Amino acid sequence: METRLEKEGYLVSYNPMELMICLAARALEDGSTVVVGTGAPCAAAMLAQKTHAPNLMVLFEAGGVGPILPTMPISVGDSRTFHQSIMASSMLDVMEACQRGMIDYCFLGGAQIDMYGNINSTVIGDFHRPKVRFPGSGGANDLASLCWRTMIITPHDPRRFVEKVDFITSPGYLTGKGSREAAGLPPGTGPYKVITNLCVLGFDEDTRRMMVESVHPGVSRDDVVKNTGFELLWSKDVLTSEPPTDEELRVLREEVDPMKYIIGRQAA
Amino acid sequence: MSGTLPVQIGVGKLFMDPDPDRAREFFRQKSRALTDKTMSVKDAVATYIQDGEYLAVGGFGTNRIPTAALHEILRQGKKGLGISGHTATHDFQIMAAGGVINRVDVAYVVGLEARGLSRAARRLFEEARVDVCEWSNAALAWRYKAAAMGVPFLPTRVMFGTDTGKYSAAREITCPFTRKKLLALPALYPDVAIIHVHRADKYGNAQIDGISVSDLDIARASKKVIITAERIVSDDIIRGDPTRTAIPYFCVDAVCEVRYGSYPGNMPYEYFSDEDHLREWLAADSGPETLRPFLDKYIYGTKDFSEYLELCGGKRRMEELRRLEFLGNGPEVA
Repeated sequence: METRLEKEGYLVSYNPMELMICLAARALEDGSTVVVGTGAPCAAAMLAQKTHAPNLMVLFEAGGVGPILPTMPISVGDSRTFHQSIMASSMLDVMEACQRGMIDYCFLGGAQIDMYGNINSTVIGDFHRPKVRFPGSGGANDLASLCWRTMIITPHDPRRFVEKVDFITSPGYLTGKGSREAAGLPPGTGPYKVITNLCVLGFDEDTRRMMVESVHPGVSRDDVVKNTGFELLWSKDVLTSEPPTDEELRVLREEVDPMKYIIGRQAA
Repeated sequence: MSGTLPVQIGVGKLFMDPDPDRAREFFRQKSRALTDKTMSVKDAVATYIQDGEYLAVGGFGTNRIPTAALHEILRQGKKGLGISGHTATHDFQIMAAGGVINRVDVAYVVGLEARGLSRAARRLFEEARVDVCEWSNAALAWRYKAAAMGVPFLPTRVMFGTDTGKYSAAREITCPFTRKKLLALPALYPDVAIIHVHRADKYGNAQIDGISVSDLDIARASKKVIITAERIVSDDIIRGDPTRTAIPYFCVDAVCEVRYGSYPGNMPYEYFSDEDHLREWLAADSGPETLRPFLDKYIYGTKDFSEYLELCGGKRRMEELRRLEFLGNGPEVA
């Protein structure tokens, strides 16, 4: 579904995936560090570098540090992830930078997410005889445990946004405020934004529950509620998400993902 | 409630002994001889991998993987192997398709990243045909590191509060200096490591170009090490550029020259992944009735890896993948 907007006298149209990538890109400040995977997170980091954050430092968990990405990688460890990089390193070198506190952002997704931002990418059903077996943590648990701010990009539907995840693969705010620290995780870390095809969510300071911050153009509050399997908090002044600018769309379509590997995908 | 209490002791099964003194006894008797260790992949797999042993595979799923040795494990009908699923993607898919594994330390399995999920690999878990212990990628990498260091565990700050931690075999400890909670990850000493590298000499001194992932630690942690290399080079080449040496000969038991040995995976600075063939794999392993003829054609029906490469388009295809690796600008012929 495309959203069309009358803007400064002409028509701008974009799809939900393009909007999600732009919203994620804007959250990454110049001069910060981010561990990304393939797909939308990588596109967001590339877009940020080509717009407001030329000194955004991108790392990949297999050991690629600071590449100049020539094309979208297919794997988190393929040659593109260290193309003209400042260092072709190792997994532990990247993970230990996270554990030391040097990495600001990471990006995650998953099969299920709850109101505290806990993510399941391991099993649906019983652990010992699952209905569906997914890959498991990979580096996700490490990144969600150790990076300062976890960004989540995910389709928004009631199957995914659930009251209780079948398995906590990667930690969000566990059972609420203070529970990460009580469990042993480094203080001051945790989920920061959840960017979906319907809205942008943050986390309430007092309860650490998911809270709607902005709703995308053309999406109603009711759409968000109907697609969420738990009770959401709403920020005092819920905004309308700022649509992509012409420049963001141009860079995204012409320079970041000209083959439409990511932006050609369905967001939900 | 699932996973919401702090992990104290993971309920998962510890497949490998973390005792550093028993490992030292093994390493004490391991040969230090500077001898010619070159041999065929067939001989290396037959000699150094026994039924029931536990394997660690180098590289990263579809990048710099020892495909030739993995195929040979299937061809020789090995049984009851354990495997460390440290971003194991196509490598895990091959082992799952061949039905050669019965236990898995999981960090990442079943998926081929954005390409999709392997049905053959999923079936192992969904039909409960393997013992499973959960970890994260860094956790498995630190477990190799602990073994490489010769210590029984490393303290870390991951997996707390989650089911990943609960279903692992990690244990919570208190830091003697800061009183902070730490997660102790047991050393992982695999029986055998199989690692594909860019170049090695006949003794096993091996060099890797690009990211090393966890292979320096895997090679040092494992009791036996099989190196497959794009090229076997003279000792002078290694000594002329020792900064690049990732693995010293005394860790290594066998050295096999396998040009295009990571195919259909990517080999940095050599050739890109063959996405068409990986798609063919995913389509074929969707059901047992399509998987068997596929494996017969490409693995059981071939005598070695060079026959497989021929079936996949041979030199012409490899040259296309070289051009892809160099973004169309690089050297075209090996």
